[in-house]
Amino acid sequence: MTAEPSPQSPWQAATITRIQKRTPRVASFWFQPTRPFAHLAGQHVDIRLTAPDGYQARRSYSIASAPGGGIELAIERLDDGEVSPFFHDVAAVGDEIKLRGPLGGHFIWEESDGGPILLVGGGSGVVPLMAMLRHRTLRNTAVPVALIFSARVWDEVIFRDELIGLDDRRDGFDLVLTLTREPARRPSDYSRRVDARMMAQAVERLPKAPRLAYVCGANAFVSAAADALIGAGVPAGLIRTERYGV
Amino acid sequence: MVTRGFFSGRRPPSDTDTRIPPGQYLEQGFPVLSAGPTPRVRTEDWSFTLKRGPRPLKTWNWAEFNALPQSNMTRDIHCVTAWTKFNTPWQGVMIDDILADAGIQPPTAYTLALSFDGYSTNVPTKDLVTGKAMVALLYEGKPITADHGGPARLLVPHLYFWKSAKWVNGLQFTERDEPGFWELRGYHMYGDPWREQRYSSDP
Ligand SMILES: Cc1cc2nc3c(=O)[nH]c(=O)nc-3n(C[C@H](O)[C@H](O)[C@H](O)COP(=O)(O)OP(=O)(O)OC[C@H]3O[C@@H](n4cnc5c(N)ncnc54)[C@H](O)[C@@H]3O)c2cc1C
Repeated sequence: MTAEPSPQSPWQAATITRIQKRTPRVASFWFQPTRPFAHLAGQHVDIRLTAPDGYQARRSYSIASAPGGGIELAIERLDDGEVSPFFHDVAAVGDEIKLRGPLGGHFIWEESDGGPILLVGGGSGVVPLMAMLRHRTLRNTAVPVALIFSARVWDEVIFRDELIGLDDRRDGFDLVLTLTREPARRPSDYSRRVDARMMAQAVERLPKAPRLAYVCGANAFVSAAADALIGAGVPAGLIRTERYGV
Repeated sequence: MVTRGFFSGRRPPSDTDTRIPPGQYLEQGFPVLSAGPTPRVRTEDWSFTLKRGPRPLKTWNWAEFNALPQSNMTRDIHCVTAWTKFNTPWQGVMIDDILADAGIQPPTAYTLALSFDGYSTNVPTKDLVTGKAMVALLYEGKPITADHGGPARLLVPHLYFWKSAKWVNGLQFTERDEPGFWELRGYHMYGDPWREQRYSSDP
Protein backbone atom coordinates (compact mmCIF):
# COMPACT_ATOMS: atom_id res chain seq x y z
CA MET A 1 0.00 0.00 0.00
CA THR A 2 1.33 3.40 -0.88
CA ALA A 3 -1.23 5.15 1.23
CA GLU A 4 -0.52 5.71 4.86
CA PRO A 5 -3.24 7.48 6.76
CA SER A 6 -2.01 10.96 7.62
CA PRO A 7 -0.35 10.98 10.99
CA GLN A 8 -1.41 13.51 13.59
CA SER A 9 -1.22 16.85 11.84
CA PRO A 10 -2.50 19.68 14.02
CA TRP A 11 -2.21 23.37 13.13
CA GLN A 12 1.16 24.76 14.08
CA ALA A 13 3.21 27.89 13.51
CA ALA A 14 5.82 27.79 10.76
CA THR A 15 8.37 30.49 10.02
CA ILE A 16 9.15 31.60 6.49
CA THR A 17 12.90 31.14 6.11
CA ARG A 18 13.44 32.00 2.46
CA ILE A 19 11.57 33.37 -0.55
CA GLN A 20 12.69 32.95 -4.14
CA LYS A 21 11.02 34.20 -7.29
CA ARG A 22 10.63 31.30 -9.75
CA THR A 23 8.75 32.89 -12.64
CA PRO A 24 6.99 36.24 -13.08
CA ARG A 25 3.94 34.80 -11.29
CA VAL A 26 5.34 32.04 -9.07
CA ALA A 27 7.56 32.25 -6.02
CA SER A 28 8.88 29.55 -3.69
CA PHE A 29 8.48 29.92 0.06
CA TRP A 30 10.44 27.77 2.51
CA PHE A 31 8.93 27.09 5.93
CA GLN A 32 10.41 25.92 9.21
CA PRO A 33 7.58 24.36 11.22
CA THR A 34 7.80 24.54 15.02
CA ARG A 35 7.38 20.77 15.06
CA PRO A 36 9.02 19.43 11.89
CA PHE A 37 7.31 16.50 10.16
CA ALA A 38 8.20 13.95 7.51
CA HIS A 39 6.21 14.07 4.27
CA LEU A 40 5.89 11.88 1.20
CA ALA A 41 6.38 13.12 -2.36
CA GLY A 42 3.04 14.46 -3.62
CA GLN A 43 1.53 15.48 -0.28
CA HIS A 44 0.30 18.96 0.57
CA VAL A 45 -0.10 21.25 3.56
CA ASP A 46 -2.96 23.50 4.51
CA ILE A 47 -2.22 27.16 5.23
CA ARG A 48 -4.44 29.36 7.39
CA LEU A 49 -4.34 33.15 7.51
CA THR A 50 -6.13 35.08 10.24
CA ALA A 51 -7.24 38.72 10.00
CA PRO A 52 -7.36 40.99 13.07
CA ASP A 53 -11.14 40.49 13.40
CA GLY A 54 -10.72 36.71 13.51
CA TYR A 55 -11.70 36.08 9.89
CA GLN A 56 -9.72 33.16 8.49
CA ALA A 57 -8.83 31.98 5.01
CA ARG A 58 -7.33 28.59 4.35
CA ARG A 59 -5.90 26.99 1.24
CA SER A 60 -3.98 23.87 0.30
CA TYR A 61 -0.48 23.95 -1.22
CA SER A 62 1.52 21.01 -2.49
CA ILE A 63 5.01 20.46 -1.13
CA ALA A 64 7.65 20.95 -3.84
CA SER A 65 10.58 19.65 -1.84
CA ALA A 66 11.56 15.99 -1.66
CA PRO A 67 10.97 14.08 1.55
CA GLY A 68 13.73 15.15 3.92
CA GLY A 69 14.30 18.40 2.07
CA GLY A 70 12.37 20.80 4.28
CA ILE A 71 9.08 22.42 3.27
CA GLU A 72 9.13 24.38 0.02
CA LEU A 73 5.84 25.63 -1.39
CA ALA A 74 5.63 27.21 -4.84
CA ILE A 75 2.69 29.58 -4.99
CA GLU A 76 1.26 31.14 -8.12
CA ARG A 77 -0.16 34.63 -7.81
CA LEU A 78 -3.81 34.87 -8.88
CA ASP A 79 -4.42 38.58 -9.18
CA ASP A 80 -7.99 38.49 -7.89
CA GLY A 81 -7.28 35.79 -5.33
CA GLU A 82 -7.36 36.12 -1.57
CA VAL A 83 -4.47 34.04 -0.24
CA SER A 84 -1.92 33.81 -3.07
CA PRO A 85 -1.52 37.63 -3.45
CA PHE A 86 -0.88 37.81 0.29
CA PHE A 87 2.13 35.55 -0.14
CA HIS A 88 3.46 37.55 -3.06
CA ASP A 89 2.77 41.05 -1.78
CA VAL A 90 2.96 40.83 2.00
CA ALA A 91 4.65 37.71 3.35
CA ALA A 92 8.31 38.18 4.29
CA VAL A 93 11.13 36.08 5.70
CA GLY A 94 10.64 35.74 9.45
CA ASP A 95 6.84 35.82 9.33
CA GLU A 96 4.93 33.11 11.16
CA ILE A 97 2.15 31.36 9.27
CA LYS A 98 -0.23 28.69 10.56
CA LEU A 99 0.29 25.45 8.70
CA ARG A 100 -0.97 21.91 8.96
CA GLY A 101 0.45 18.79 7.39
CA PRO A 102 1.45 16.58 5.82
CA LEU A 103 -1.92 15.91 4.20
CA GLY A 104 -3.17 13.69 1.41
CA GLY A 105 -2.76 9.95 1.13
CA HIS A 106 -3.52 9.26 -2.53
CA PHE A 107 -1.49 11.54 -4.79
CA ILE A 108 1.79 10.10 -3.58
CA TRP A 109 4.74 8.41 -5.22
CA GLU A 110 7.20 6.33 -3.24
CA GLU A 111 10.17 4.41 -4.57
CA SER A 112 8.41 1.16 -3.68
CA ASP A 113 5.59 2.07 -6.10
CA GLY A 114 8.06 1.51 -8.92
CA GLY A 115 7.56 2.61 -12.49
CA PRO A 116 7.65 3.57 -15.24
CA ILE A 117 5.65 6.61 -14.25
CA LEU A 118 4.08 9.31 -16.32
CA LEU A 119 3.72 12.75 -14.75
CA VAL A 120 1.47 15.36 -16.31
CA GLY A 121 1.37 18.87 -14.87
CA GLY A 122 -0.30 22.10 -15.89
CA GLY A 123 1.13 25.37 -14.49
CA SER A 124 1.54 25.19 -10.72
CA GLY A 125 0.27 21.61 -10.98
CA VAL A 126 3.91 20.67 -11.52
CA VAL A 127 4.66 21.29 -7.83
CA PRO A 128 3.86 17.84 -6.35
CA LEU A 129 5.38 16.21 -9.46
CA MET A 130 8.59 18.15 -8.75
CA ALA A 131 8.67 16.59 -5.27
CA MET A 132 8.39 13.16 -6.91
CA LEU A 133 11.21 13.94 -9.37
CA ARG A 134 13.44 15.31 -6.65
CA HIS A 135 12.71 12.25 -4.54
CA ARG A 136 13.66 10.01 -7.47
CA THR A 137 16.92 11.91 -7.95
CA LEU A 138 17.85 11.83 -4.27
CA ARG A 139 17.06 8.14 -4.05
CA ASN A 140 19.19 7.63 -7.14
CA THR A 141 16.74 5.15 -8.60
CA ALA A 142 16.49 4.19 -12.24
CA VAL A 143 12.69 4.27 -12.32
CA PRO A 144 11.81 5.57 -15.80
CA VAL A 145 9.80 8.79 -15.68
CA ALA A 146 8.38 11.10 -18.30
CA LEU A 147 7.07 14.53 -17.30
CA ILE A 148 4.73 16.35 -19.64
CA PHE A 149 4.58 19.91 -18.39
CA SER A 150 2.18 22.38 -19.92
CA ALA A 151 2.86 26.09 -19.43
CA ARG A 152 1.68 29.13 -21.30
CA VAL A 153 5.12 30.46 -22.23
CA TRP A 154 8.78 29.53 -21.75
CA ASP A 155 9.26 32.09 -18.97
CA GLU A 156 6.41 30.54 -16.99
CA VAL A 157 8.01 27.08 -16.88
CA ILE A 158 8.41 26.70 -13.12
CA PHE A 159 11.69 24.97 -12.05
CA ARG A 160 12.84 25.24 -15.68
CA ASP A 161 16.61 25.15 -15.17
CA GLU A 162 16.36 22.34 -12.64
CA LEU A 163 14.10 20.28 -14.92
CA ILE A 164 16.35 20.75 -17.94
CA GLY A 165 19.33 19.82 -15.76
CA LEU A 166 17.59 16.60 -14.73
CA ASP A 167 16.67 15.89 -18.36
CA ASP A 168 20.32 16.34 -19.40
CA ARG A 169 21.44 13.57 -17.07
CA ARG A 170 19.80 11.01 -19.40
CA ASP A 171 19.23 8.69 -16.47
CA GLY A 172 15.74 7.56 -17.39
CA PHE A 173 13.96 10.89 -16.94
CA ASP A 174 12.44 12.57 -19.97
CA LEU A 175 11.17 16.15 -19.91
CA VAL A 176 8.51 17.16 -22.42
CA LEU A 177 7.45 20.80 -22.31
CA THR A 178 4.39 22.00 -24.12
CA LEU A 179 3.85 25.73 -24.46
CA THR A 180 0.29 26.76 -25.19
CA ARG A 181 1.02 30.36 -26.24
CA GLU A 182 4.51 30.23 -27.72
CA PRO A 183 6.44 28.11 -30.20
CA ALA A 184 8.37 25.14 -28.82
CA ARG A 185 12.04 25.79 -28.00
CA ARG A 186 13.50 22.31 -27.70
CA PRO A 187 13.24 19.45 -30.22
CA SER A 188 11.28 17.23 -27.82
CA ASP A 189 8.76 19.95 -27.02
CA TYR A 190 5.31 20.87 -28.30
CA SER A 191 3.36 24.03 -28.77
CA ARG A 192 -0.26 23.10 -28.11
CA ARG A 193 -2.60 21.91 -25.41
CA VAL A 194 -2.18 18.35 -24.18
CA ASP A 195 -3.95 15.71 -26.26
CA ALA A 196 -4.07 11.94 -26.73
CA ARG A 197 -1.39 11.94 -29.45
CA MET A 198 1.06 13.78 -27.18
CA MET A 199 0.33 11.30 -24.39
CA ALA A 200 0.79 8.34 -26.73
CA GLN A 201 4.19 9.72 -27.77
CA ALA A 202 5.15 10.18 -24.12
CA VAL A 203 4.15 6.59 -23.37
CA GLU A 204 6.39 5.47 -26.27
CA ARG A 205 9.35 7.19 -24.64
CA LEU A 206 9.01 4.88 -21.66
CA PRO A 207 10.70 1.45 -21.86
CA LYS A 208 7.42 -0.24 -21.03
CA ALA A 209 3.82 0.69 -20.27
CA PRO A 210 3.45 3.05 -17.30
CA ARG A 211 2.64 1.57 -13.94
CA LEU A 212 1.10 4.79 -12.69
CA ALA A 213 0.21 8.20 -14.08
CA TYR A 214 -0.12 11.36 -11.98
CA VAL A 215 -2.01 14.37 -13.30
CA CYS A 216 -2.13 17.70 -11.46
CA GLY A 217 -3.28 21.23 -12.17
CA ALA A 218 -6.42 23.31 -12.53
CA ASN A 219 -9.55 21.27 -12.90
CA ALA A 220 -10.07 21.83 -16.63
CA PHE A 221 -6.47 20.85 -17.30
CA VAL A 222 -6.73 17.69 -15.20
CA SER A 223 -9.93 16.61 -16.96
CA ALA A 224 -8.43 17.18 -20.40
CA ALA A 225 -5.14 15.49 -19.54
CA ALA A 226 -6.78 12.48 -17.87
CA ASP A 227 -9.04 12.01 -20.89
CA ALA A 228 -6.00 12.31 -23.16
CA LEU A 229 -4.21 9.60 -21.20
CA ILE A 230 -7.22 7.32 -21.50
CA GLY A 231 -7.31 8.17 -25.21
CA ALA A 232 -3.66 7.06 -25.41
CA GLY A 233 -4.60 3.71 -23.89
CA VAL A 234 -3.54 4.27 -20.27
CA PRO A 235 -6.04 2.38 -18.07
CA ALA A 236 -8.19 4.73 -15.96
CA GLY A 237 -7.35 2.74 -12.84
CA LEU A 238 -3.67 3.73 -13.11
CA ILE A 239 -4.35 7.46 -13.28
CA ARG A 240 -4.24 9.52 -10.08
CA THR A 241 -5.39 13.10 -10.16
CA GLU A 242 -4.97 16.15 -7.95
CA ARG A 243 -7.26 19.05 -8.85
CA TYR A 244 -6.43 22.58 -7.73
CA GLY A 245 -10.01 23.74 -8.17
CA VAL A 246 -11.23 26.55 -10.38
CA MET B 1 -2.68 34.17 16.14
CA VAL B 2 -3.29 37.06 13.74
CA THR B 3 -1.30 36.85 10.51
CA ARG B 4 0.82 39.95 9.99
CA GLY B 5 -0.54 42.06 7.17
CA PHE B 6 -3.56 39.90 6.30
CA PHE B 7 -6.65 42.08 5.88
CA SER B 8 -8.92 40.28 3.48
CA GLY B 9 -11.76 42.18 1.95
CA ARG B 10 -13.54 38.92 1.39
CA ARG B 11 -15.95 38.20 4.20
CA PRO B 12 -19.23 36.37 4.02
CA PRO B 13 -22.21 38.74 4.13
CA SER B 14 -23.23 39.02 7.80
CA ASP B 15 -26.68 37.52 7.21
CA THR B 16 -25.08 34.33 5.89
CA ASP B 17 -22.14 33.68 8.15
CA THR B 18 -24.17 31.44 10.46
CA ARG B 19 -24.54 29.15 7.44
CA ILE B 20 -20.80 28.86 6.80
CA PRO B 21 -19.05 26.19 8.92
CA PRO B 22 -15.67 27.00 10.52
CA GLY B 23 -12.76 27.21 8.09
CA GLN B 24 -15.01 27.36 5.02
CA TYR B 25 -15.45 30.13 2.47
CA LEU B 26 -18.40 30.90 0.24
CA GLU B 27 -18.05 29.78 -3.37
CA GLN B 28 -20.30 30.83 -6.25
CA GLY B 29 -18.97 28.29 -8.75
CA PHE B 30 -19.01 24.53 -8.36
CA PRO B 31 -15.44 23.21 -8.21
CA VAL B 32 -14.75 19.59 -9.16
CA LEU B 33 -12.62 17.19 -7.11
CA SER B 34 -11.95 13.49 -7.55
CA ALA B 35 -9.15 10.98 -7.19
CA GLY B 36 -8.96 9.94 -10.83
CA PRO B 37 -10.32 10.48 -14.32
CA THR B 38 -14.03 11.12 -14.83
CA PRO B 39 -15.82 7.85 -15.62
CA ARG B 40 -18.45 8.20 -18.35
CA VAL B 41 -21.22 5.85 -17.29
CA ARG B 42 -23.96 5.35 -19.88
CA THR B 43 -27.46 5.04 -18.47
CA GLU B 44 -27.83 1.78 -20.48
CA ASP B 45 -25.00 0.36 -18.39
CA TRP B 46 -26.09 1.92 -15.12
CA SER B 47 -27.47 -0.06 -12.21
CA PHE B 48 -27.90 0.42 -8.49
CA THR B 49 -27.61 -2.40 -5.95
CA LEU B 50 -28.39 -2.62 -2.24
CA LYS B 51 -26.17 -5.15 -0.50
CA ARG B 52 -25.75 -6.56 2.96
CA GLY B 53 -22.06 -7.40 3.13
CA PRO B 54 -21.36 -9.25 -0.12
CA ARG B 55 -24.98 -10.38 -0.55
CA PRO B 56 -27.12 -8.38 -3.03
CA LEU B 57 -30.57 -7.49 -1.72
CA LYS B 58 -32.03 -5.74 -4.77
CA THR B 59 -30.83 -4.20 -8.04
CA TRP B 60 -32.50 -1.53 -10.18
CA ASN B 61 -31.67 -0.54 -13.75
CA TRP B 62 -31.86 3.08 -14.87
CA ALA B 63 -35.52 2.96 -15.90
CA GLU B 64 -36.60 1.11 -12.77
CA PHE B 65 -34.68 3.50 -10.56
CA ASN B 66 -36.13 6.57 -12.27
CA ALA B 67 -39.61 5.16 -11.68
CA LEU B 68 -39.12 5.35 -7.90
CA PRO B 69 -40.68 8.34 -6.08
CA GLN B 70 -38.70 11.50 -6.77
CA SER B 71 -37.98 14.18 -4.18
CA ASN B 72 -36.25 17.54 -4.14
CA MET B 73 -33.57 18.74 -1.73
CA THR B 74 -32.10 22.24 -1.84
CA ARG B 75 -29.16 22.37 0.52
CA ASP B 76 -25.91 24.13 1.37
CA ILE B 77 -22.95 21.88 0.61
CA HIS B 78 -19.51 21.92 2.22
CA CYS B 79 -16.37 20.56 0.54
CA VAL B 80 -13.39 19.55 2.69
CA THR B 81 -11.18 21.73 0.45
CA ALA B 82 -12.87 24.62 2.24
CA TRP B 83 -15.59 25.89 -0.07
CA THR B 84 -19.24 26.10 0.84
CA LYS B 85 -21.94 26.59 -1.74
CA PHE B 86 -25.44 27.72 -0.79
CA ASN B 87 -28.80 26.47 -2.04
CA THR B 88 -27.77 23.68 -4.39
CA PRO B 89 -30.97 22.19 -5.87
CA TRP B 90 -31.07 18.40 -6.38
CA GLN B 91 -33.75 15.96 -7.40
CA GLY B 92 -33.59 12.23 -6.87
CA VAL B 93 -34.73 9.28 -4.82
CA MET B 94 -34.57 9.44 -1.03
CA ILE B 95 -32.71 6.53 0.58
CA ASP B 96 -35.92 5.93 2.58
CA ASP B 97 -37.80 5.34 -0.69
CA ILE B 98 -35.10 3.00 -2.00
CA LEU B 99 -35.35 0.91 1.17
CA ALA B 100 -39.15 0.95 0.99
CA ASP B 101 -39.08 -0.28 -2.60
CA ALA B 102 -36.76 -3.10 -1.53
CA GLY B 103 -39.17 -3.84 1.32
CA ILE B 104 -36.47 -3.71 4.00
CA GLN B 105 -35.52 -1.86 7.14
CA PRO B 106 -31.86 -0.78 7.36
CA PRO B 107 -30.19 -4.06 8.36
CA THR B 108 -27.01 -2.65 9.99
CA ALA B 109 -25.81 0.58 11.56
CA TYR B 110 -23.13 1.32 8.93
CA THR B 111 -23.11 1.75 5.19
CA LEU B 112 -20.50 2.00 2.46
CA ALA B 113 -21.54 3.92 -0.63
CA LEU B 114 -19.98 2.27 -3.69
CA SER B 115 -19.15 3.85 -7.05
CA PHE B 116 -18.51 2.76 -10.62
CA ASP B 117 -14.85 3.79 -10.41
CA GLY B 118 -14.17 1.67 -7.34
CA TYR B 119 -14.48 4.61 -4.94
CA SER B 120 -16.24 4.02 -1.67
CA THR B 121 -17.11 6.13 1.36
CA ASN B 122 -18.58 5.22 4.72
CA VAL B 123 -21.62 6.86 6.28
CA PRO B 124 -23.53 5.73 9.38
CA THR B 125 -26.88 4.34 8.20
CA LYS B 126 -28.80 6.77 10.42
CA ASP B 127 -27.28 9.66 8.41
CA LEU B 128 -28.82 8.27 5.22
CA VAL B 129 -32.41 7.72 6.38
CA THR B 130 -35.28 9.81 7.76
CA GLY B 131 -35.10 12.33 4.96
CA LYS B 132 -31.39 13.10 5.31
CA ALA B 133 -29.99 11.74 2.05
CA MET B 134 -30.84 10.78 -1.51
CA VAL B 135 -29.42 9.33 -4.69
CA ALA B 136 -29.54 12.48 -6.83
CA LEU B 137 -30.36 12.26 -10.54
CA LEU B 138 -30.83 15.94 -11.43
CA TYR B 139 -28.98 19.13 -10.50
CA GLU B 140 -30.72 22.43 -11.22
CA GLY B 141 -33.37 20.40 -13.04
CA LYS B 142 -30.90 18.85 -15.48
CA PRO B 143 -29.12 15.47 -15.59
CA ILE B 144 -25.99 15.61 -13.42
CA THR B 145 -22.93 15.97 -15.65
CA ALA B 146 -20.24 13.29 -15.52
CA ASP B 147 -17.72 15.55 -13.80
CA HIS B 148 -20.18 16.19 -10.98
CA GLY B 149 -20.87 12.47 -10.57
CA GLY B 150 -23.64 11.78 -13.09
CA PRO B 151 -25.68 9.89 -14.03
CA ALA B 152 -26.32 9.54 -10.27
CA ARG B 153 -24.52 10.62 -7.12
CA LEU B 154 -25.19 10.20 -3.45
CA LEU B 155 -26.23 13.39 -1.66
CA VAL B 156 -25.56 13.56 2.09
CA PRO B 157 -25.48 17.33 2.40
CA HIS B 158 -24.94 17.59 6.16
CA LEU B 159 -21.52 15.89 5.88
CA TYR B 160 -18.43 17.05 3.96
CA PHE B 161 -19.10 16.55 0.30
CA TRP B 162 -16.65 13.68 -0.30
CA LYS B 163 -19.25 11.56 1.52
CA SER B 164 -21.68 12.35 -1.34
CA ALA B 165 -20.12 9.69 -3.56
CA LYS B 166 -20.05 10.47 -7.29
CA TRP B 167 -21.01 7.83 -9.89
CA VAL B 168 -22.73 5.88 -7.13
CA ASN B 169 -23.86 2.36 -8.01
CA GLY B 170 -24.83 0.91 -4.69
CA LEU B 171 -25.07 0.94 -0.94
CA GLN B 172 -23.51 -1.84 1.09
CA PHE B 173 -24.69 -2.32 4.66
CA THR B 174 -21.80 -3.35 6.91
CA GLU B 175 -21.63 -4.68 10.46
CA ARG B 176 -18.72 -2.40 11.37
CA ASP B 177 -17.83 1.18 10.43
CA GLU B 178 -15.51 0.34 7.52
CA PRO B 179 -13.34 3.15 6.12
CA GLY B 180 -13.85 3.98 2.43
CA PHE B 181 -11.38 5.30 -0.14
CA TRP B 182 -10.54 8.70 1.36
CA GLU B 183 -11.05 7.52 4.93
CA LEU B 184 -8.25 4.97 4.36
CA ARG B 185 -6.14 7.90 3.13
CA GLY B 186 -6.34 10.06 6.19
CA TYR B 187 -9.78 11.65 5.96
CA HIS B 188 -12.27 11.60 8.81
CA MET B 189 -14.57 8.63 9.41
CA TYR B 190 -17.62 10.87 9.95
CA GLY B 191 -16.88 14.29 8.40
CA ASP B 192 -19.16 16.78 10.16
CA PRO B 193 -18.34 20.24 8.72
CA TRP B 194 -19.68 22.01 11.82
CA ARG B 195 -17.15 20.13 13.97
CA GLU B 196 -14.44 20.56 11.29
CA GLN B 197 -13.87 16.81 11.04
CA ARG B 198 -11.62 16.96 7.98
CA TYR B 199 -8.75 14.61 8.72
CA SER B 200 -8.56 11.42 10.76
CA SER B 201 -6.74 13.20 13.58
CA ASP B 202 -9.56 15.73 14.05
CA PRO B 203 -11.73 15.04 17.11
C1 LIG C 1 -4.36 19.79 -2.90
C2 LIG C 1 -4.10 21.17 -3.48
C3 LIG C 1 -2.80 21.57 -3.71
C4 LIG C 1 -2.54 22.84 -4.25
N1 LIG C 1 -1.26 23.19 -4.50
C5 LIG C 1 -0.97 24.41 -5.03
C6 LIG C 1 0.38 24.79 -5.33
O1 LIG C 1 1.32 24.02 -5.13
N2 LIG C 1 0.60 26.02 -5.84
C7 LIG C 1 -0.43 26.89 -6.10
O2 LIG C 1 -0.16 28.02 -6.58
N3 LIG C 1 -1.72 26.56 -5.84
C8 LIG C 1 -2.02 25.33 -5.30
N4 LIG C 1 -3.33 24.99 -5.02
C9 LIG C 1 -4.39 26.00 -5.21
C10 LIG C 1 -4.48 26.86 -3.95
O3 LIG C 1 -5.01 26.07 -2.90
C11 LIG C 1 -5.42 28.06 -4.10
O4 LIG C 1 -6.64 27.62 -4.63
C12 LIG C 1 -4.86 29.12 -4.97
O5 LIG C 1 -3.63 29.61 -4.44
C13 LIG C 1 -5.83 30.28 -5.11
O6 LIG C 1 -6.11 30.82 -3.85
P1 LIG C 1 -6.40 32.37 -3.69
O7 LIG C 1 -6.90 32.56 -2.32
O8 LIG C 1 -5.26 33.19 -4.13
O9 LIG C 1 -7.54 32.59 -4.75
P2 LIG C 1 -9.08 32.49 -4.46
O10 LIG C 1 -9.49 33.67 -3.67
O11 LIG C 1 -9.40 31.17 -3.91
O12 LIG C 1 -9.59 32.61 -5.91
C14 LIG C 1 -9.22 31.65 -6.93
C15 LIG C 1 -9.78 32.17 -8.21
O13 LIG C 1 -11.18 32.01 -8.16
C16 LIG C 1 -11.82 33.25 -8.22
N5 LIG C 1 -12.66 33.40 -7.00
C17 LIG C 1 -12.99 32.43 -6.14
N6 LIG C 1 -13.80 32.86 -5.18
C18 LIG C 1 -13.99 34.15 -5.40
C19 LIG C 1 -14.76 35.15 -4.74
N7 LIG C 1 -15.50 34.89 -3.65
N8 LIG C 1 -14.69 36.39 -5.23
C20 LIG C 1 -13.96 36.64 -6.33
N9 LIG C 1 -13.27 35.73 -6.99
C21 LIG C 1 -13.27 34.50 -6.55
C22 LIG C 1 -10.78 34.30 -8.37
O14 LIG C 1 -11.03 34.87 -9.62
C23 LIG C 1 -9.44 33.63 -8.40
O15 LIG C 1 -8.81 33.81 -9.63
C24 LIG C 1 -3.61 23.72 -4.53
C25 LIG C 1 -4.92 23.30 -4.28
C26 LIG C 1 -5.19 22.04 -3.77
C27 LIG C 1 -6.61 21.63 -3.53
